[in-house]
Amino acid sequence: MRETFYDVMRRQGISRRSFLKFCSLTAASLGLGPEFAPTIAHAMETKPRLPVLWLHGLECTCCSESFIRSAHPLVKDVVLSMLSLDYDDTIMASAGGAAEAIVTEIVEKYKGNYILAVEGNPPLNEDGMFCIIGGKPFVEQLRYAASNAKAIVSWGSCASWGCVQAARPNPTRATPVHQVITDKPIIKVPGCPPIAEVMTAVITYILTFEKFPELDRQGRPKMFYSQRIHDKCYRRPHFDAGQFVESWDDEGARKGYCLYKMGCKGPTTYNACSTVRWNGGISFPIQSGHGCIGCSEDGFWDKGGFYDRLTDIHQFGIEANADQVGKAAVGVVGAAVAAHAAVTALKRARDAGDKS
Amino acid sequence: MTDTPLTDTPLTDTTAHPNRGQAIKGATNLGPAYHGRLGSRFDAVYVYEAPVRIWHWINAFAILVLGVSGYFIASPLPSLSGEASDHYLMGYIRFAHFAAAYVMILGFLFRIYWAVVGNRHARQIFTPPLLSMKWWGGILYSIRWYFFMEPEARKYVGHNPLATFGMHFGFVWVTIFMIVTGLALYGEGAGMASWQYRFFSSWVIPLFGQSQDVHTWHHVGLWAMVVFIIIHIYAAIREDIMSRQSMISSVTSGWRTFKDDRPLDEDH
Repeated sequence: MRETFYDVMRRQGISRRSFLKFCSLTAASLGLGPEFAPTIAHAMETKPRLPVLWLHGLECTCCSESFIRSAHPLVKDVVLSMLSLDYDDTIMASAGGAAEAIVTEIVEKYKGNYILAVEGNPPLNEDGMFCIIGGKPFVEQLRYAASNAKAIVSWGSCASWGCVQAARPNPTRATPVHQVITDKPIIKVPGCPPIAEVMTAVITYILTFEKFPELDRQGRPKMFYSQRIHDKCYRRPHFDAGQFVESWDDEGARKGYCLYKMGCKGPTTYNACSTVRWNGGISFPIQSGHGCIGCSEDGFWDKGGFYDRLTDIHQFGIEANADQVGKAAVGVVGAAVAAHAAVTALKRARDAGDKS
Repeated sequence: MTDTPLTDTPLTDTTAHPNRGQAIKGATNLGPAYHGRLGSRFDAVYVYEAPVRIWHWINAFAILVLGVSGYFIASPLPSLSGEASDHYLMGYIRFAHFAAAYVMILGFLFRIYWAVVGNRHARQIFTPPLLSMKWWGGILYSIRWYFFMEPEARKYVGHNPLATFGMHFGFVWVTIFMIVTGLALYGEGAGMASWQYRFFSSWVIPLFGQSQDVHTWHHVGLWAMVVFIIIHIYAAIREDIMSRQSMISSVTSGWRTFKDDRPLDEDH
């Protein structure tokens, strides 16, 4: 019989007390209430570990970097043992042919019973030649690994939306996972990177309940992506009061006023930064005095400056925001109306002159 | 428009001005047989019923509030100092925006209801006859008139074809766009359990890509409305002076009067 999570944790020297504490913390971070802690503990004691294949396409590894910094649970002690992370080319010991053989083994051995986690996305131009893994285009590895997967986790904005490598004009045609794999359930965990605890909580939920948490219409877990940063921002009272940072290092910036005018994307970004925060709950960008750049939103990289409240519209073929387009239109129409009125007045005067 | 038998007394009664009692009866059921009978200086046609007029001015006020407050939501006033608990400026601006928005939405729904139950002029801006070549010809004529290429305007009881076109696409659809995107943005703050989120945010935001795009296009909609208002007011004033029927007094009193005795070009 395969090892359960509990077996692995005990083998790693984790006491039962610590294990139960982790279960309580996980239940709390999932918003499940204390009665679910025993359920999580029971699942971890009895369920064989679900193998996870963690593939890397076009990406910067910031998702992995975030993931390994999970504080609740601590990734070192718990997560890498908890997950049967059978393949992750960034952090695995083996390399080359031996490593690639594991992918084939998992896909064939655990048909329909493994989770495929994807970090990054496949570029499709030139038959996928812009991203080669083990001598083959990544898109082929992705399609192969997805063929028998139970479900797919799209880590980060790359896998979820496309992210920076998909920015205009997207020369490699980097394409988010859900547009390449269309026949598997996919959960998106966007962010550049996603919050560490969000990542571990999502994977814990999937392994515990063997199903996805409730998703919104775009495939994101509602428990972390149902509210905007703005809705739970600790600077929100300054927004409602009309107290804004007008320029960096002004009095408002020192007093911690709202960063709305500095282009903070908190009002349009669905993520858990203002509640879960980062680095073990120490801080998050707005708390550090910088606006949110909206890194978990689709297309955030193509909306013009991170420091502009009104972002650019591309549909007009020029880089301009709504006010520039609108004021130009009003100017043109206003001038046309004025000119038309002048011509009308002249015509009336001339007609009156003709009649007299 | 069907032929109506000529059974009433002639509408043009040159002894009374305005001959309102008879004009009301005729104006709601005009056929081509009346051409040449209505449209003299002594006629008055009841075009804009009281609910339409009241809606027009309430809606105009709501849009004014929405435009100003909306602009200041996107580009807030200079920062206030002191403690957050001392002020609630953005809160009041947003309240004004949301309150005016609901006034506009309910007014618009009422206006659609009135298009169904009101007189035929109440339907005009909602149902442009897009398949009528005559109507498109009328648009062309109106454009030529505005480019000083025709000596005089045609005579209509309701909107001229170009005005109908502008009202339908520049006002009705812009309003619908603003209501849909506006409720989608409102639903974001109201939360996923709200009806605004369920019926609007849940599909509008993915349709546009993300929340910021919806904000941007809602903001473009503000400018579209400003452009409409400029043209609307200018055209109303100019037509009041230059055309052959009354304009500004009509949207106050509801009655359309005419400046010459020649027949109508179109009884709608």
